[in-house]
Amino acid sequence: MHAAVRQIAAIVRKDILLELRTRESITAMVVFAVMAIVMFNFALRLRVDTFRPLTPGVLWVTLVFAGTLGLSRSMSSEQINQCMDGLLLAPCDRSVIFAGKAITNVIFTLAVALVVTPIMAILFDETLLQPGVWLVVVLGVVGYAGTGTLIATMAASTRAREVFLPILLFPLALPLLVAAVIATSGFLDRLPLDEFAAWIGVELAFIVIFWTAGTLLFEYLVEG
Amino acid sequence: MTALLSAANIGKLYGLRPVLRGVSLDVARGEFVAILGANGAGKTTLLRILATLTRPNGGTLTIGGVDALAHPDRARAFIGLVSHQSLIYPDLTARENLEFYGRMYGAVNRRLEMRDSSAQSPISNLSSRVEEALRRVNLWQRRDDLARTFSRGMIQRLTIARAILHDPPLLLLDEPFTGLDQASAANLSALLRETVLRERAVVMTTHELSRSLDGVTRALILKDGQITHELQHDITAEALNALMREA
Repeated sequence: MHAAVRQIAAIVRKDILLELRTRESITAMVVFAVMAIVMFNFALRLRVDTFRPLTPGVLWVTLVFAGTLGLSRSMSSEQINQCMDGLLLAPCDRSVIFAGKAITNVIFTLAVALVVTPIMAILFDETLLQPGVWLVVVLGVVGYAGTGTLIATMAASTRAREVFLPILLFPLALPLLVAAVIATSGFLDRLPLDEFAAWIGVELAFIVIFWTAGTLLFEYLVEG
Repeated sequence: MTALLSAANIGKLYGLRPVLRGVSLDVARGEFVAILGANGAGKTTLLRILATLTRPNGGTLTIGGVDALAHPDRARAFIGLVSHQSLIYPDLTARENLEFYGRMYGAVNRRLEMRDSSAQSPISNLSSRVEEALRRVNLWQRRDDLARTFSRGMIQRLTIARAILHDPPLLLLDEPFTGLDQASAANLSALLRETVLRERAVVMTTHELSRSLDGVTRALILKDGQITHELQHDITAEALNALMREA
């Protein structure tokens, strides 16, 4: 196996092992996401007759907020005992570390989506569980994790990292959120694919742009 | 003798404040260099630059014949670092910590995983390297305990095991005796002497003159970001104290 792939796998394996042991990230993300959905369920029930038009928005706002919790935790675990220096001492390109952390964030956020989406299907719209929606979810999560890992790295070196992360990330991720919501709506409303395929393209563009930016810029963000 | 580490005219600014000013340093295999200085003299910054964790604003740095500023990823295979912080994950066991770092090094540094590829699989070789490192710092009995349950001294020993795991030719140590009891300090001194005898090189910053001069072959005094004195013979705490007062 290529050296870089093995190093990326080592980082992902380490993060999953830490998570299995501490259950700090995914537990917090899932609890937050479920609470948000339940609150949306009660809050919106007072005003609208049907949830279906709101489902994509609620799903993505919930995933984005829950994902942000995981992103923050992902980088803060490397601040303990300055473990990030341990990663930076490894004889590898810095982009390997970015890829390892970003893939971990994808896995954790997808795990949350796996829990949240069926719950939303029960409470909001039973048609949510369809392959098209899962495609949008996977692409959206990959794009968001790439963007978020880059910004979380930037925020990690600041004192108020918990504040800076959402402030920097949300405006940047807004186009991705819009694309994901519209693409999800397209599948739920059973529109012809060519009416919203461009929005799936926006998701793909986000993945390409921010994963490329992450691999190129990570070195400068962690440079002492 | 060809230098294992060669730093020339290294300068570093934090904002507009110069922390290092034209530091030059050559370290050959078999040398044990101690860098002494008061707090704020620039010792830690110099060590971080030598470890390729911080980029200098000027100068050149060659490690193991590799231009460490142009190709830091290649130069890092030659370096083991013990810094102020342990770089240890508290929620992993001692063994899991070393296995993780072993994988990060082993993927590139084939010495770690492929040294005896005819006899052992890569993983079993990594396991034996981890066992060897843990035994050298007397932590093998606690290998499956979480690092968060370790005392300060045990963490420091685990940190040393992490730094020597990939058998680096150059060992960089930042105040390594801090937090160690007498027995652990003696163990570390023996390990450093052995490292030097095996034609490796050690660069150590310290201010604990009484505990850490055992085996030192050269001492440098760093003051205000510059090397002001060098001592190659009769390296005693008294002589260094006198030089530091003079500096």
